[in-house]
Amino acid sequence: MLNFDVIVSSLPLYFNGTLVTLKLLLVALAVGLLFAIPLAVLRASTNPWASRPVWLFTYIFRGTPLLVQLFLIYYGLAQFVWVRESVVWPMLSSAWFCAMLAFAINTCAYTTEIIAGAITSTNHGEVEAARAMGMSPVTLYRRILLPSALRRSLPAYSNEVIMMLHGTSIASIVTLLDITGAAREVNSRFYLPFEAFITAAAFYLALTFVLVSLFHLAEKRWLVHLAPRT
Amino acid sequence: MKKTLASALLILLTSATLVSAQDAKKLKIGVEGAYPPFSQIGTDGKLKGFDIDIANALCEQMKAQCTMVQQEFDGLIPSLQAKKIDAVIASMSITEERKKVVEFSDKYYHTPARLLGKKSAGLTASVAGMKGKRIGVQRTTTHDRFATDTFKDSEIVRYAKQDDVFLDLAAGRLDAAVADQPAASLGFLALPAGRDFAFFGPVYFEAKYFGTGAGIGLRKTDTALRDEFNAAIKAIRANGVYKKINDKYFDFDIYGGK
Repeated sequence: MLNFDVIVSSLPLYFNGTLVTLKLLLVALAVGLLFAIPLAVLRASTNPWASRPVWLFTYIFRGTPLLVQLFLIYYGLAQFVWVRESVVWPMLSSAWFCAMLAFAINTCAYTTEIIAGAITSTNHGEVEAARAMGMSPVTLYRRILLPSALRRSLPAYSNEVIMMLHGTSIASIVTLLDITGAAREVNSRFYLPFEAFITAAAFYLALTFVLVSLFHLAEKRWLVHLAPRT
Repeated sequence: MKKTLASALLILLTSATLVSAQDAKKLKIGVEGAYPPFSQIGTDGKLKGFDIDIANALCEQMKAQCTMVQQEFDGLIPSLQAKKIDAVIASMSITEERKKVVEFSDKYYHTPARLLGKKSAGLTASVAGMKGKRIGVQRTTTHDRFATDTFKDSEIVRYAKQDDVFLDLAAGRLDAAVADQPAASLGFLALPAGRDFAFFGPVYFEAKYFGTGAGIGLRKTDTALRDEFNAAIKAIRANGVYKKINDKYFDFDIYGGK
């Protein structure tokens, strides 16, 4: 049966791992969202000079696996001498920075598409009404399009956040001891893979539960006008 | 109709396995494939190296049909226990800690561990000399245990593969690495990427950490198989097959004395 002594004695490792996972997740989400909003506006633009470059960016980063992106950033870039001698090397030599960079770019690409989709699917009547009121394009975005699009992005964005939480589990391949890293450590120390990974799974489940609850609250607050009538 | 077909197939399959069980013994050998020159994947995609050649020679000696199963080092013992593989031939050192869960054959080679780092860094191999330095090791190896216990004031960075340790050492993310001497000299120092690096400090042979050489890992219950492997190791040492494999990779006898 399950060896609970091993699980209990390695709990500190898992709690430290949870902090690492959360730090990676929150930084990646914050940076990703910050860049995703302006990129989404460009992506939804009718001007191809604005929308095509953003399309290319999201196509590349949604079209390649996160693991490959992390390998390219961490091991790939370090291969070139000019990178190792450049001013960005102190940052790129850190496993933390590389993991956060890879995760932030990846979630940024997905979030851009989510928000851009919400912007383009805005009810045309609202846009026409705003224009008839004499709103400039900037005011139109600030008052009508963005508030509405961001609200309607919430359900899709909650999926992205959960996927990103699970995506951070590859951080252990670049020596970071996140929850999965803790599980690998415990597995290799005690040769008990089931105990090691079922504990990790429980930690991820708990984190997902918290995230889902937060999004549930957010949707109640900001999406109540779209809730099904009873 | 479908049912009869299925049962016919089932009978065919079971009889096929029964027949093959009677002739040559079938073994699944767990190997690593990321530990040159002992175990690596060649440009043709095939496994090669000292461990692989030794495994093939032993299988031939034992008249067993062996299939190589390549996987990461920290998954080898769990796979052995889960019966996904029957033996581990992956430069695994015979240590007291591993003996608790694994049955070992006699050693098939014994080499020391060394510290290596950048030539120009002028590092000294002492607790004080390595203070605050980043030392790379392969996770759960004897080198990991040794470095963790010995260099208490250093930051020990653990990797899944030895290749990744050398990559980050070359990239400058690590100040030093603890590794097996022949693996480091042929797998890194002899390559263009390793030309600015060198061994420093003493040759580490401590049995407490590095055990009594590399052996073949087996399940605790497979003592008959262990005896077969031991006899096969003796046989290839005696008939010159071992020496031929040894000389293909090294210019010294890595069996390490008696």
